[in-house]
Amino acid sequence: MLPVLALEGVDKSFGAVAALRDARLELYAGEAHALVGENGAGKSTLVKILAGVHGPDTGSVLLDGQPVAFGSPADARAAGIAVIYQEPTLFPDLSVAENIFMGRQPLKGLRRIDAAAMRERTNELFARLGVRIDPDRPARGLSIADQQLVEIAKALSFDARVLVMDEPTAALSGVEVDRLFAVARSLRDNGAAILFISHRFDEVFSLCQRVTVMRDGRWIATDEIGNLTVDGVVRTMVGRDISALFPKMATEPGEVRLQVDGLTRHGYFDDVSFTVRGGEIVALAGLVGAGRSEVARAIFGVDRYDAGQVRVDGRPLRPGAPPAAIDAGLALVPEDRRQQGLVMELSIERNATLPRRWALSRLGLLFGGGERRSAAEWAKRLQVKAARNTDPVSTLSGGNQQKVVLAKWLSTAPRVLMIDEPTRGIDVGTKSEVHRLLSQLASEGVAVLMVSSELPEVLGMADRVLVMHEGRLVADIPRDQADEESVMFAATGQRGAAA
Amino acid sequence: MATDTLVTPARTAKAGPPAWRRLFGSWDAVLILALLVVVLVASATIEGVGSPRFYRFVALEAIPIALIALPMTLVIITGEIDLSVASTVGLTCSVLGQLWYLGVTSLPLLILLSLLLGAVLGAVNGVFITVFGLPSLAVTIGTLALYRGLAYVVLGDRAIADYPPTWTQNAVAPIPGTVIPWFVLVLAALAVVFGVLLYATPIGRSLYAIGNNAEASNFAGISVLRTKFWLFVATGAMAALAGVFWTFRFASARADNATGLELAVVAAVLLGGVSIFGGRGGLVGVIAAVALLGILRNALQLADVPANALTIVTGTLLILSVVGPNLVRMARERLRRRRPATTLERKPS
Repeated sequence: MLPVLALEGVDKSFGAVAALRDARLELYAGEAHALVGENGAGKSTLVKILAGVHGPDTGSVLLDGQPVAFGSPADARAAGIAVIYQEPTLFPDLSVAENIFMGRQPLKGLRRIDAAAMRERTNELFARLGVRIDPDRPARGLSIADQQLVEIAKALSFDARVLVMDEPTAALSGVEVDRLFAVARSLRDNGAAILFISHRFDEVFSLCQRVTVMRDGRWIATDEIGNLTVDGVVRTMVGRDISALFPKMATEPGEVRLQVDGLTRHGYFDDVSFTVRGGEIVALAGLVGAGRSEVARAIFGVDRYDAGQVRVDGRPLRPGAPPAAIDAGLALVPEDRRQQGLVMELSIERNATLPRRWALSRLGLLFGGGERRSAAEWAKRLQVKAARNTDPVSTLSGGNQQKVVLAKWLSTAPRVLMIDEPTRGIDVGTKSEVHRLLSQLASEGVAVLMVSSELPEVLGMADRVLVMHEGRLVADIPRDQADEESVMFAATGQRGAAA
Repeated sequence: MATDTLVTPARTAKAGPPAWRRLFGSWDAVLILALLVVVLVASATIEGVGSPRFYRFVALEAIPIALIALPMTLVIITGEIDLSVASTVGLTCSVLGQLWYLGVTSLPLLILLSLLLGAVLGAVNGVFITVFGLPSLAVTIGTLALYRGLAYVVLGDRAIADYPPTWTQNAVAPIPGTVIPWFVLVLAALAVVFGVLLYATPIGRSLYAIGNNAEASNFAGISVLRTKFWLFVATGAMAALAGVFWTFRFASARADNATGLELAVVAAVLLGGVSIFGGRGGLVGVIAAVALLGILRNALQLADVPANALTIVTGTLLILSVVGPNLVRMARERLRRRRPATTLERKPS
């Protein structure tokens, strides 16, 4: 039997960064196929090639054994490939039916849109999926789960034979996941091929027949689910033991460094209280949009807050003033490296010394190469790979840019380091360097607050896990009780406040 | 090129190319070259150009433009602009004249009050821009009209011209033994102050950071709004100083003094290689551009080029000034790309 869709020896590079090297995949009709790998393993790039967003540099995409070249997402859709993203992109002000038939609306005389036919066909699609959504309601206000179902209905409406689901369950509750899986199973049994991308292994094992593992942009292995165990898949994914990847050294927590009391910013987070001690790494976990980054930003003073107080080493911190926060020994490595962490046009040297510009000056003057020496020292310590420290940071790879951000803040010798998504979009090697660095800082007595969406990172690094759900702190889980289940339960609001 | 010249991590963090290589192929170098060419060609072809009297006149005309261009460079580097400067000059002239008319006869006091007034006018701009978050372009177009209007309220159609002759003569007096106006020394001293501020202080570092990415600057602990506020105050004060010079140089305080001067200032700053989008450029190019524009304008006047044609030349130069630095940068980028050392770790663009 020929695979419906296959990738053979696909390479894809962005500049000097190779995202895919010899990627392979075979999808058969009637199978649910899992694609697993760490963040940065190349899964998203692979999906984008299937979806026609990118073309491969070399290698080929085969549809029913015939090579095809998708010039655009529309080509891929015409070939029967539908992609459901983690956060669907519907038009919020159009009705559900209009969203499903966007660009392909059924017409009546004078090329007018036949609203009645559109509504009827939408109802038929929903009936096939066994769900109840009003075709006339606007897409705005639908839950993420319902939005995904609308996307699936859209895929059905043009008879998609391949359904790619990119982390569809990340923001769903247990009931919603069950409903989505029921739909996926019935599509599969009717002969569709499903490519399922997920970090949750229980889901992979309950839905899929085969698993493909990727690492560092390469195809590593494909096997039947029956031959696999969760531990085996994880080891294949990371290529080494998970404990070696996240080397958090045990430390004796010291004095309370950061104390947050009743912090509230209306519409973002509500009554958030916690402490971080010196030597501790505390993870702030939760789903995207739970308000974690907003809390970190408010503590640092980039955003104002409406109520509450922040204390550093027992002293109240002036709200809304990042310079005061830096003076108090706070550092924030922000989520968006390119927009918030770095001034991309400026050199490594200038970026790495920006928060210390006054400390490095003598009598207010920056003569004598203090910046150059400081930047060179930190670039060497963190092994920033760059031709020259006077080159703009925009010429660096993501991992090296993150090292510059770290150099920038570590050079201020912070007492409290807040780090938002410390390893997002950086390669595996740099990732473990960053983790080792955080662990080392904690052992030197720094209080670390780490916002992270990557569960393995949270579980591997954190002494305690704080979990936020819809702007509230709902759980405070010590290291020995934290596992994927307890954190995800709290993050999806499955369990009442355990804090 | 051989691949074995790739820089290894162990050899990283070397200093950049030597200073002469960086200057060569920079917009500053283009301007200085253009300045030399204009001086040589004009001196050889136009009678009167190149004489000491010619340069004295160019200097007197360029002083107020340069005084305002110094802070304006900093303002535009942060991505803002101040179009109210000429009206600030006009209002300062008017108030200065009126104070004299009303019997304030102490020169230091008059200068001090003028500078204070300028700072206050700049602070008004600053408050609208930083406290109310309005775009500087809109705010300063508004105060351009407002300050000029206030100047007419103060003086109406009158001209106050009866200052002590020593004040007016001293304003334009040459450095002994030369024809160069001594005020050029004041300008030079201020240029050094602004140059050091921009190139060698923590504040200068923040200005470039703000102009390139205000959000990242905020995350790095830079008080973006406070910095901008004080830049507008400084611009107002420098415009007031230009107003004091203007009043005594022409021995005349009128409400319409320096009308349209803001365009000459902005033209010089942009021609000097400062990006209108902020984040790029410096004072060397701006000072060269002030000199270039002044010499060109006066030389063409001596050559009996009509005023309309002069406007066309200035306009063309302004367009070139926006396009030119980009072309130079593109050429340098291409050169860089051919050098293997910088191809390391290039990320997708």
